[in-house]
This record gives sequence, C-alpha cells and structure tokens, in this order.
Amino acid sequence: MPDATVVHDEVVMADGAKMTARDVDVFYGEKQAVDKVSIDVDSHYVTAFIGPSGCGKSTFLRCFNRMNDTIDIARVGGRIELDGKDIYDPKMDVVQLRARVGMVFQKPNPFPKSIYENIAYGPRIHGLASAKADMDEIVERSLTRAGLWNEVKDRLDESGTAMSGGQQQRLCIARAIAVDPEVILMDEPCSALDPIATARIEELIDDLRGNYAIVIVTHNMQQAARVSQRTAFFHLGNLVEYGGTEAIFTNPRADRTRDYITGRFG
Amino acid sequence: MSQSGTRKLDWQSKEMQARVRRRYVRERRFRRVGLGAVIIAASFLAFLLFTITSNGIGGFRRAELALDLNYDPAILGIQASDSSEEAAATAVSRADFRPLLASAAQAQLGDSSLVSEGAWLAVRDQVVEDPSLIGTTQRVWVVGAPNMDILAKGQVDFDLAPDRRGVSTATVAAYRTLREEGRIRLAFNSGFLTQADSTNSELAGIWGALIGSILTMAITLGISFPLGVMTAVYLEEYAPKNKLTDIIEVSINNLAAVPSIIFGLLGLAVFLNTFGMQRSAPVVGGLTLALMTLPVIVISSRVALKSVPPSIRDAALGIGASRLQVILHHLIPVALPGILTGTIIGLSRALGETAPLLLIGMRAFVSDVPEGVTEPATVLPVQIFLWSDEVGRGFVEKTSAAIMVLLTVLLSMNAVAIYLRNKFERRW
Amino acid sequence: MSLGAFALVLLALATLSYVAARARARAFKVDSHHHVHSRPSYHGLRAGLTALVPAGLLILAWGIVGDGVVAEQTLSQLPEASRPAPGLDKQAFLNEVRGVVSGELPAAFRPAANEAVPIYRSTQQSWTLLIGGLAVLLALIGGGYAWLRTAPDVRARTQVEMFATVVLALASLIAILTTLGIVLSLLYESLEFFSRVNPLEFIFGTQWSPQTAIRADQVGSSGAFGAVPLFWGTIFIGAIIAMLVAIPLGLMAAIYLTQYARSSTRKILKPLLEILAGVPTVVYGYFAALTVAPAVRDLAISVGIESASSESALAAGSVMGIMIIPFISSMADDALSSVPGAMRDGSFALGATSSETIKRVLVPAALPGIVGGVLLAISRAIGETMIVVMAAGQAANLTANPLESVTTVTAQIVQLLTGDQEFDSAKTLSAFALGLVLFIVTLMLNIYALTVVKRYREAYE
Repeated sequence: MPDATVVHDEVVMADGAKMTARDVDVFYGEKQAVDKVSIDVDSHYVTAFIGPSGCGKSTFLRCFNRMNDTIDIARVGGRIELDGKDIYDPKMDVVQLRARVGMVFQKPNPFPKSIYENIAYGPRIHGLASAKADMDEIVERSLTRAGLWNEVKDRLDESGTAMSGGQQQRLCIARAIAVDPEVILMDEPCSALDPIATARIEELIDDLRGNYAIVIVTHNMQQAARVSQRTAFFHLGNLVEYGGTEAIFTNPRADRTRDYITGRFG
Repeated sequence: MSQSGTRKLDWQSKEMQARVRRRYVRERRFRRVGLGAVIIAASFLAFLLFTITSNGIGGFRRAELALDLNYDPAILGIQASDSSEEAAATAVSRADFRPLLASAAQAQLGDSSLVSEGAWLAVRDQVVEDPSLIGTTQRVWVVGAPNMDILAKGQVDFDLAPDRRGVSTATVAAYRTLREEGRIRLAFNSGFLTQADSTNSELAGIWGALIGSILTMAITLGISFPLGVMTAVYLEEYAPKNKLTDIIEVSINNLAAVPSIIFGLLGLAVFLNTFGMQRSAPVVGGLTLALMTLPVIVISSRVALKSVPPSIRDAALGIGASRLQVILHHLIPVALPGILTGTIIGLSRALGETAPLLLIGMRAFVSDVPEGVTEPATVLPVQIFLWSDEVGRGFVEKTSAAIMVLLTVLLSMNAVAIYLRNKFERRW
Repeated sequence: MSLGAFALVLLALATLSYVAARARARAFKVDSHHHVHSRPSYHGLRAGLTALVPAGLLILAWGIVGDGVVAEQTLSQLPEASRPAPGLDKQAFLNEVRGVVSGELPAAFRPAANEAVPIYRSTQQSWTLLIGGLAVLLALIGGGYAWLRTAPDVRARTQVEMFATVVLALASLIAILTTLGIVLSLLYESLEFFSRVNPLEFIFGTQWSPQTAIRADQVGSSGAFGAVPLFWGTIFIGAIIAMLVAIPLGLMAAIYLTQYARSSTRKILKPLLEILAGVPTVVYGYFAALTVAPAVRDLAISVGIESASSESALAAGSVMGIMIIPFISSMADDALSSVPGAMRDGSFALGATSSETIKRVLVPAALPGIVGGVLLAISRAIGETMIVVMAAGQAANLTANPLESVTTVTAQIVQLLTGDQEFDSAKTLSAFALGLVLFIVTLMLNIYALTVVKRYREAYE
C-alpha cells in the first residue's frame, strides 16, 4: 500500500500520551467510515484533524468521548485509551468519560436556557458545586476563560440562544470547560461562523492549549496551520500522515497529503 | 475547589464514585418509570379487552330447550279451507303460536316460563318457510328463558343463600332435570347477529343496529368523502391567498377540534328543527356525522396532495394537460392511498360516535331492522349505550358482546388503514 | 310521479344533451379546417351540465326542504283542534301521517292523523308535480340552448373547467357554512334562553335544577339555571382528574418511546397506544360505569369512606385520563422529536445521563409544544360526553371530593335534550346555552394551543 500511515519524526507515538487510539475501525451499518487508525493525543498540544469532507475525521473524533454510542448503527473496533485505560471497556463509565473528554460541536448548540444555566448545567449534574457561591465562581471562571465574561456579565439571565453565533460558540466552549475536562474535542467549531468570530475562537483555542489536550477537526487548512502544533491528515477513512504541523505543511511526505495541501483535491 | 487552571477533578474519590452510582440509580429508575407508564397504558387496554371479552363471550351463546311440537292446525287456528298456497301462508303468518308453545312447554318441561317469551317467533318463521310441517310433530330447539340461560352458562353462584341467587330452587331443580334428559343445550346465538333489539335480553340482537350503522355510514361517506376531497383539492390547487381562503382554513382546523356533541346540537337545531327532517333517521345521523368527519378528510387529503412531488405536476402541465386533467389524472391517483387512509380513520371515528346521535333521537327503541335511510334506526354505539342502561345479567352480556362486534369492526378498519398506509407509502 | 322518477328523467335529458352536443361538435370538426378550441366531449359535457345542474339543484333543494313545507301546509289546512302541539308531539303526528302515506302503516292511531293523510298526500302530489315539471322544463331549456350554441369557437373546455373550479370552491365553503351553522344555531337558541333566564344567574349561579320544569304552565317552572356546578364538574373531571392521570402517564410513555425504546419495541408499543385512542368513548363509558366505578367505591368503603358514591368523579375522570393518554403521548412525542438533536448531543457531551438530558434539556426545550398539547387534550376532555354521561352521574354537586358524584356540561346537554319536553322550554334551551359555553371555551383553548404549538415548531425550524 503506497499510502501507509506516515509519521513524522518529531511526533513520537508512545505510551504515556493523554489519549491513544490503536487500530480504530468505525462502521455505520455495512459501511466502513474509519479504517485502522492509530494516533496519540497529548496534553498542552492542539492536534488538528484535516482532510476532505467524508474522510472520517469527524466520525473518528466522536470515538474519543463515545458520542458514536448515540447512533444505533455505529460500531467501533480497535482500542482507545485515556490515561492508559480503555474507554470502550464495559467498566468504563461513559458519564465520567464525557466529563473528562469534553466536546464542542460544529453548530453552536446552547441549551434554550439562560447563559448562566448553560454553564451551570454540567457542574450541576456532576455535583461540582455545593453552594451558590461556588457555582457563581465556576460560571465566572469558565466564561472568563472563554473570553466571554466581559461581554455577558451583566446579562447572565438572558437566553443563550439570543446571542450571536460566535458568542454562542464561545458559550459552548465555556460550557465544556466548566466541568473541568482533560481533553476538549472540537468538531469544526468555526464552520458556522464569520471570519471575525473565527479569529476569536482561534485565539481562545490558543489560550486554552496550556491546560488541556485539544483536538480540532477542520477542513480549513489555514486554520489548522494557525492553531495546531500537530496535524493528522485523513483521506477515505485512512490516516494518511501524522506529524508536526510545521512539517506537514512545509514538507509533506505522502503524495496524497501534498496534493491536498497544494489544493489538487478536496 | 482550587482557583488554579490546573485543577483536576478526582473522579476516583469516594464521594465522586458514590455520586456517579446515585446518578445511575436515578437513570435506571427514570427509565423504569417510563416503561411503567407504557405498561400501565397497555395493561389497561388488556384489562379492558379482557373484561369486555369475558363478559361478552357468553352473549354469543344461548340456552335452547328441546320441545316436541305438534303443529296442530286446530291449536294454531288454521282452517282446513285455506287450501290455496297463498292463503295458507297468510294464515300461518297470522296464526298464534304462543298457546302451542306454552302447552307443549307445560306438558313436557313442567313449566311454560322456562321457554323464552319470544320463542314462538322463530317457530312461526320456520313454519312459514315450510308449511308442510303443519299437522306433523317435530322436535324443535327453542330459545330458553333468561334464567335457563344463566344456569346453563354457570353464572349462578351456588355459594349464596338460595334466596339471593336470583333463581328459585324450583327453577334450578327443573334445569337439572332438563340437563339429565338432554333437553337443554348451549348453542351459537344466531339471533344475536340476525335480529334487532328486543325487550327480552335472550332475543335482543344487533342486526338492526348494525344495519342502522351501515346506512348512517353510507350517508356520511357519500357526503363527506366527495366534499372533503373537493375542498382539499380546491385549497391545495386553486385557492388564491386571500381572506376567504384563510377563513376556510381556520374553519376546518377548528371544526376538527370541536367536541362531537356540538355537532349533535347543530344537527338538532338545523336538520330537525329548521329543515324538519325525520327524527331518528340514518339520513340525519349521517349528515351530522358527515359534517364532523369532513375536516378529518380534508386535512388528511391535503397532506396527501401536498406530498405529491411537484415534478409530476410540472410534467403533466408540460405536455399540455389542463389543470383539471392534472388533478384528475395525476394528483388524485397518486394521493389516493393517503386520502383513503384519512377517510377510513375519519369514518371509524364516526362509527364509534354516540353523543351527537343521542341528541338527534337515534336512541329510539327500534325492534325492526330499518329498511331505508329515512326510517327510525339506531346505531351500534347507541345500542350499546341503551343496553348498558338495562338491568339484568342478560343485557350486561349483550352489551359486552355488542362492544366486541363494534371493536372488531373498528380494529379491522384501522388495520386496513395502516395496511394501506404502509403498502402505498412512497418515498420520493 | 315521484321526485325520484323526475330525477331519472333529468339524468336521461342530460345524457341526451351530452350525446347530441358531442355529435354536433364532431360534425363541425370534419367539415371545418380552422382550429377547434375544445374536443367534442367537452362540448358534450358542457351541454349535459347545462341541462342537469339548474334542474338538479331545484330537485335537491326540494328534497331537503320539501317534507317540511308539505307538513306545514298540511297542518295549516287542518282544523285548529286537530293540530298537534309543537315539539315531539308534532314529530310523532307527522311520523304517523308519513307512515300511512308511504304505505308502511295500515292506518294511523290518532284520528286527526288519519284526517291529515289525504291532505298530506294531495299536497305532496301537487308539489312534486310542480317542482318536477319545472325541473324538466329547466333541463330542456338548458340542454337545448347549449346544443344550439355548440359551435367551433365556443370555449367549452374552459367553461367546463371553470364550472369544476366553482364546484370545488363551493365545496370548500361547506366548512364555513358548518361553522356558521354551529355559531348561529347556538347563539339563536341561547339568546332565546337568556331572554328567559338572566345570563348572570346562568354564569354565576350555584343552583342547577332544571328538572323542576315539567310543564310550561306549572308554578316555578323556570327551575334554577346556575351553571357553576356544571362548570366546576367539567373542570374537575376533564381538566383536573383526567389530566392528573393522563399527563404523567402520557408524557412518560412518550419519553420512553422516543428516548429509550429500541425501534423494534417502539413498533409494537406505539400501535398499542393508538388502539387505546381508537376505542369508542361509549366503550370507555361502559367500562367506567360497570367496572371502575364500583371498584373505586368498594375501595373507598374499604378504607372507611362510607359516603363514596357509585358514580364518582374519580372513576369518570381516571378513565377519561386513560383515554387521553395516547393523545398527550403523541403530542409530547412530536414536541420532543422536534427538539434539535444538537441539544441532546450537547448534553451528552458534558457527561449527562439520558434522564438528566431529558429532564433538564429536552423537556424544558419542548415545554411549549407539550403545554400546547396538554391544552388541546384538556379541550378534548371537557368536550367528551359518553364517559361522563355513563359514569359521572347527573347530580350537580359543587364539591372537590373526587369520590362524590358531579355532573358536567356535556352530560347535562344529553340529559336535557333526551327527555320528553317541548322544544322551546327553558330547560331545553339551556342545553344550547351550555353548548355555546362549551363551544367558546374549546374554541379558545384550541386556537391558543395551536398558536403555541405553531410558534414552538417555527422556533426550531
């Protein structure tokens, strides 16, 4: 196979990474969407999954917090570990897993509740705050980290759905970090946003990098180049190449990666 | 909780583990409550069907007694001079069979009250059919009185004191003798399905009400189906966007939700009191129910017409078909299964409807099978309502049996609707 | 000659016009070379319809009002003393007369009716001849005119299509006519009622005993028409007890079916709920009266409540609640499934369990839709008749004790209009006033609920 996974030297696939995926397959009914993908995701890095649409990158991303469980016909094979523990192990508690591996979706999806309640929802179900003051603090801290606090601190009672698209998406990010996750998965978080809002989200991702392992799916290559340190290129369900973002964009080793980056397809 | 950004939750801590466990307990409980709700609803249905069936199954059987009847022309009052066939037939149909049965029952069973008061009707019909029976002696199974019925069906509780059983010890003794002699049997109650209402529970049948229902439904269908489809076609294909169209739409949507009894008031005030139409007649009932069914048919027909893809309409218009031709040749045939499904659902609702018909007088006691839409009649649900008011074990059984017939008809109508929907459901 | 025979003649004339006009159209198609607008069959249809429609309408109209006209004329020709009293007596009288005229009855029981038979027969005969003759004449004129005017340049197809459009538009007016009929008849009779009984007494009075009015000339015949106990009974059974049963069960059933049940399970359970909705109300009523009510009473007595009635609000209300379950469940089902999947995903991605997601995200998001559905359900419950007629009783009690008997607006309407009373007594008219109240309340509930549901659906589209 000419396009077996190529891994750049500077990214060492090794145990001890925050999350590791080994030989992961995903089937939707009879159709295979992801084919034997192995990858490591580490804290303090932003890892970007790029590739043309339909390449399986979003599907693969949803494996990391088992969101594919909610789709009846999806079947996941292989092994994904969080801190060395198999997340598909029957003993693994999916509720805890999703609290530790948060997710931000393509389209902003704030709950039809107040801004405050949107943030407080996660901490409340997980019992992270016992007193109102604690909750207020979590809300403030999450919104501050998401760069939203100054914009909304006077209207926390307003509905989350009444904000602009960019604000909604930052609210969703704030909502995700309110439960203090270790990994944040972002599924094309800027695809529904205008360039200015996109720039703010990208800044935010960069700010957050220090505390979390962040995985972002994008089909915008400039965005991958701007925000990520590591990039994985997917094509037709295969992981084609994985390495430092710099290296991938300047010196791709696989032909398909080069063709995609130079705009020959995709 | 730490202020620093590197705060990490300890998911392994005891409290956190306990909390997660509690959440899962709640999750399972919630799920069970949901399942419980479905089960309660389903078991209510099962309980209802079970109660009705166990009460009603007896209604399809009746006690019959064997009598040796001597069709003596003298007792029947038939003269030998009635020689012509026609005259003989008239004589038989006019003859009084009651003394014949009473004397035979008295002589052979020891008590004429063991035989149903109306048993002679069937005997007479038999002789009318075959006049050659006159002068012969035949063993005939005649309908037993209600107390024979409940004894034969084992509905008497012998644990009770004799004076609380509802049947006298003498009757019980007579019944036991008859059973030993093999002169009593439980047979299929053909009269229940072939006769009209009667004041005697053992003779009451649903045929009259069934015919009444069929006549009423024929009127309902004949009016609401064409009107409903035409309205739907107009609204979907012709109606301009204006105030009048809006009013029509609002009217239809509201009529669909108006309580059925209001239609009864309408029928009473308009059809009976203003137009002076015949009270208790299927034509009035049918008209009233047609107005009630109309919105259902309109709404489902519109949905069916809407789901016809525009490409079909465009194709037909493209080859020069006129608007009416497009509708008649293309839209209606494609939408027909949906229209029919809605019609069946609307009709089955009308068939089970009682309240509006009570107001227009279709609750009369009708012991003849109606022969036309302007004759007094009753319908199946109203018959059920009327019987439910009657006292006596016999009518409880008949009520439940009538419900079984009604439910069978309704369920099969719905099954046809579901079948149609599934068979012709097209995905474009 | 009967009306039916005239109708057959009309059909024959229409067919004749059709055939003749078509033949004529065919003929000019052969000898003229310039363009013909419509195909011959359209010319035929045009002529047939011109012959049939005006005459047919005449016959139809007479078919509807004819019996009434003939009856009135017959009665007016009778001597004053032989005329029946208005109302049921008149109905019975006319039934006898018509029975004799049609030959079903050998003779009428009342001498006056026998007297009326020949008058009725001759009146009917002359009217039928008049109307039938007129109809035939109309058909001849119409068909003949259309036949004469059949020419190549006549736009027969356009005219036939125009006719079809008009017929369709007229059909759609029936809905308005029905609504108008309801409003006008209820209003008319109610105004009649309110001219005898003070509307304030009706709406605010707490005494309901119309049964005292046995004869119009009796002392105190007006009875007491304070409808508050009926309104309360209706709300108590339909909006309180029934909803206490139906809302939790219906909502939880919908939640289970949409969120938890596998699709194979759903395929079995959903039709089961739909069957519950298809059972006629008279069956529920019978079941409530025969099985549930005695059980409720026995249960109450066994726990020491001796006053329990065998026709309790609880029995009627709870059975009605069961009947409403599928309604609430399907409305809640719709509301829940129109909540965008992204909401669910968002909640799951935070580590919420299904029940947390349902309780804290889905149900609040779907709440307007669910509330709208509940309002529609209430409107249906308060308009429901047979269950309360059979199981709730006729006692107009103003009580909050679910074990006592209460009565409702619908049960009273049936009670008032099925007794033997003349038509325009206060008692009978009060049924229409009750119907008017019921109509207005259900109408407002429906309009409001539909707006809520519609706005809710648009919010997520």
